[in-house]
Amino acid sequence: MRRTRLTMAAGALAIGALALAGCQSGGGDDGLTIGIKFDQPGLGFQDGTEYTGFDVDVARYVAEKLGYSEDQIEFVEAISANRETMLENGQVDMIFATYSITESRQEVVDFAGPYFVAGQDLLIRSEDAGTITGPESLNGLDLCSVSGSTSAQRVKDEFAEDVNLVEQPGYSQCAQFLLDGSVDAMTTDDIILAGLAAAQGSGNLQVVGNPFSTENYGVGIPEGSELCEDINAAITEMIEDGSWEKAVQANTEGTGYTPSAANPPTVMADCGGVPS
Amino acid sequence: MSDFLEVLSTYDIAGAFWVNIRLAFFAGIFGLALGTVLALMRVSPVPSMRAIGSGYVTLFRNTPLTIIMVFCISVLWSVLGLRLSSDFTANFFWLAVLALTVYHAAFFCEAIRSGVNTVPVGQAEAARAIGLPFLAAARLVIFPQAFRGAIAPLGNTLIALIKNTTVAAAVSVPEVSILMKEMIENNGNYVVPIFMAIAVGFVVIVIPVGLVTTFLSQRLAVSR
Amino acid sequence: MGVLLLLGIAAFVVVKMGEKGQWSPDLWGILVTPQTWTAYLLPGLQRTLTAAAVSVVTALLFGFLFGLGRLASNRAVRWFCGLVVEFFRAVPVLIMMIAGWLLFTRTIPGVVPASQAPFVGVVIGLTLYNGAVIAELIRSGVHGLPKGQREAGLAIGLTRGKSIWNIELPQAIVAMLPSLVSQFVVILKDTALGAIVTYPELLRSAQILGGRGGLLQILLGVAVVFVVINWLLSRFAEWTARRVSTRTSGRTRPQQASAAVVPGGAGAGVGLGGGGLGGGDGGGDDA
Repeated sequence: MRRTRLTMAAGALAIGALALAGCQSGGGDDGLTIGIKFDQPGLGFQDGTEYTGFDVDVARYVAEKLGYSEDQIEFVEAISANRETMLENGQVDMIFATYSITESRQEVVDFAGPYFVAGQDLLIRSEDAGTITGPESLNGLDLCSVSGSTSAQRVKDEFAEDVNLVEQPGYSQCAQFLLDGSVDAMTTDDIILAGLAAAQGSGNLQVVGNPFSTENYGVGIPEGSELCEDINAAITEMIEDGSWEKAVQANTEGTGYTPSAANPPTVMADCGGVPS
Repeated sequence: MSDFLEVLSTYDIAGAFWVNIRLAFFAGIFGLALGTVLALMRVSPVPSMRAIGSGYVTLFRNTPLTIIMVFCISVLWSVLGLRLSSDFTANFFWLAVLALTVYHAAFFCEAIRSGVNTVPVGQAEAARAIGLPFLAAARLVIFPQAFRGAIAPLGNTLIALIKNTTVAAAVSVPEVSILMKEMIENNGNYVVPIFMAIAVGFVVIVIPVGLVTTFLSQRLAVSR
Repeated sequence: MGVLLLLGIAAFVVVKMGEKGQWSPDLWGILVTPQTWTAYLLPGLQRTLTAAAVSVVTALLFGFLFGLGRLASNRAVRWFCGLVVEFFRAVPVLIMMIAGWLLFTRTIPGVVPASQAPFVGVVIGLTLYNGAVIAELIRSGVHGLPKGQREAGLAIGLTRGKSIWNIELPQAIVAMLPSLVSQFVVILKDTALGAIVTYPELLRSAQILGGRGGLLQILLGVAVVFVVINWLLSRFAEWTARRVSTRTSGRTRPQQASAAVVPGGAGAGVGLGGGGLGGGDGGGDDA
C-alpha cells in the first residue's frame, strides 16, 4: 500500500519537474501538434533543429491544406509503442509515423489515408544485388533488425531458417552495421529502408524491391475526429498535383528505389473503414 | 492465474537466466584477474604503473556500462571488425563478456585494494626486511591477506556484476531483460507478475551470494 | 592472460583504426562542430541531468521513508521495510526500468503522458534501487554512531524515538552525506540505461547522431563528458567528507553502501578501502 502511494508520488513529482523544465507538450489551441518519428531518416527525422522526411513532407502539406501555417505546427516524437496512447490522451492532433492501418488499432483510434503502401523488404549493399534477391536467399547470412519488432522473426520462420539475427534498439545502428560490412541485410518496411539508404548509404545501399508483406500507412487521428475527411481530401490533392511523387523522390534520392505498384494509394472512402 | 502460469511456461526463463549466469561467470573470472593486476599496479613502487592503474580505474569507474556495451558492438565489432568467435551469435556473448570485464575490473581492483589496506604496514616492511622483492612480497605476504580482507567488497562487486549482466541486452545477447521485454510486449496485462517472476529469480541468485560472502568474510577474516 | 588479451584488443583497436581511416581529422572534427553539441549532445545531456535530478529527489524520499522504517520500534514495520529494501537492492535497475516503462505504455496507459513513459520508467528504476541503497545508508549510518550517543539521549530522558529523531538521525545524515554524493554518481551513470528503454538521453542522442558516421568519435566524446562530471562529483564527495567530519560522531568517508543483500547482514569489512586516487570507493559499482 505504502509502495503504491510512493510510486504515485514519484510519478507526480516527475511530471511536475518536467512541467517546470518546460518539456511538456500537448495539443495547443491555435497550433497543430503532429507526432512523427525522430530517428528514421527519409521518413521522420530530427536533423538538428529541422525535421525532414516523407512523413514530414506529407504532414506539412496536409497541415497547410487544413489552414495551418508553418510556424503553427509543432512536431513531437511518437515512438511506435506509444502512438495509440498519444492520440487517446490528446497529446497529439495527428500522427504521421509509418503507422500501419490495422483492425486492432482501428478499435482505439481512427485513420485517414492511406498515403503510402509499404511492404516488408530487405536493404542490402549494392554489390550483393545479384546474390540477395529476397528473404529466401538469406540462409547462412547475417540479418539485423530492430529489437521488439517481429519482422526478423518472420524472415527466420517463413523464409530462411538458417539466418543469423542481430537486434539493435534503432534502425540507424542496423544501417551502420550494413555499411561496415558486419551484416548482410537489414529488414523492415521498404520506404523506411529507402530513406535510410538515402540518408546513410551514400550510394552503397539499396532496397531489394521484392516486398513480402503489405502495410498501409495511415494518418492516425483520435477516434471520432472531424479532421478525417479534410485530411483525405488533402492527400488526394497531394497525389494529383504531383507533390506526392516529388516528396517520394526527394526522400529516396540516389537509391534507385521505386515504390511498389500499389502506389500511389487511393484514400479510404469511409474514414473508419478498411483500405482496399 | 492459470493464464499467467501458461505465459510463464511458454518462455524459456531458466535458459535466459543461464545466459546471465554464464556472462557473470566469465566476466567474474576475467575481471578478477584484470582487477588483481590493476591492484598490483596501484600499490607498486613504480610511479608510471601506479598512474596507469589509477587512470584505468578513474576512467572505467566513471563511464556508464551501457556506453561500454554500445562501444563494443557498434565500434569494436562493426566499425573495426573485432571477432571474438567464429560463430555469429556467440560473438555477441563474448563482446558482452569483454564489456563486463573491462568495467568491473575497475571495481574488483578497488575491492582488492581495500583489502590491501587491511594489511598492517608492518607486514610489508617485514617482507622487505627479509629481502623479498615487490612481486614476491605481494604474492607471498600481502595479497593472500588482502584477499581475505577483501571478501566482502569482492562479493559486493560480484553481486553488482550479476545484476549488470542484464545490460548485455544492448549487444543483442538473448538474456533475461530482453526476454522480459518480449514477454511483457506479448502479454501487456501481466507486467507486474512477469516483473515479479524475473525479479524473484535475481533475488534467488543474489541472496545466496550475499550470504556466502558474509559468511566467508567473517570466517576468513585475518584476526588481529 | 586476461591482461594480455586486453592488451591485444587495445593494439588491435589502434591498428584497425588506422586501417579504417578512423584517425581522419574529418571524423574527429564532428566533436568540435557546434551543431553536434547544440542540436544533439547538449539536449541529450539536459535530459540525462533531468532524469538524474528527479531520481535523486524521489530516491531520497524513498530512502528516508524506508530507512526510518527499518529503525522503527514496531517489529512488523521494521521487517516489512527490510524486505522491501533488500528486494529492490537485489533486482537489476534495467529490469525495473523496462517494467516501469512498459507498465505505463501497456498495462495502465493514460496515467502518465505516453511520450513521458520512457522517462518515468527511468525514474522508477533509479528510484527503487537507489532509494533502497539510501535507506540502507541511513540505517547503517544510525547504527554506526557510537553507542554513547543513544545512551546519552536516553539518560537525559528522551524516548528511543526522540533519541533517533533529535540526536542520532541528524548526525547520521551528516555522516552519510559523502556516501550520498557518491550515490549520485551511480544514479547519473545509470541514466545511460535509458537508451535501452528509448529515453532520448545523452547516449541515445549520440547514437542517432553517430548513425551517419563518426560514431566512434562521438561515443568517446560522450564517455569523456560522463567521466568528467562523475569525477567532479567524486571529488565533491571527498570534500564533503572532510568538511563535515567535525560535525558528527559517525564515520564520514565516502563508502560503498554495503551490498550484502541479507537483512541485518550488512557488510562486515565493507568500505575499508581508503586514500589514493579519487579517494575511497566512492562511485559504487552499478552500471
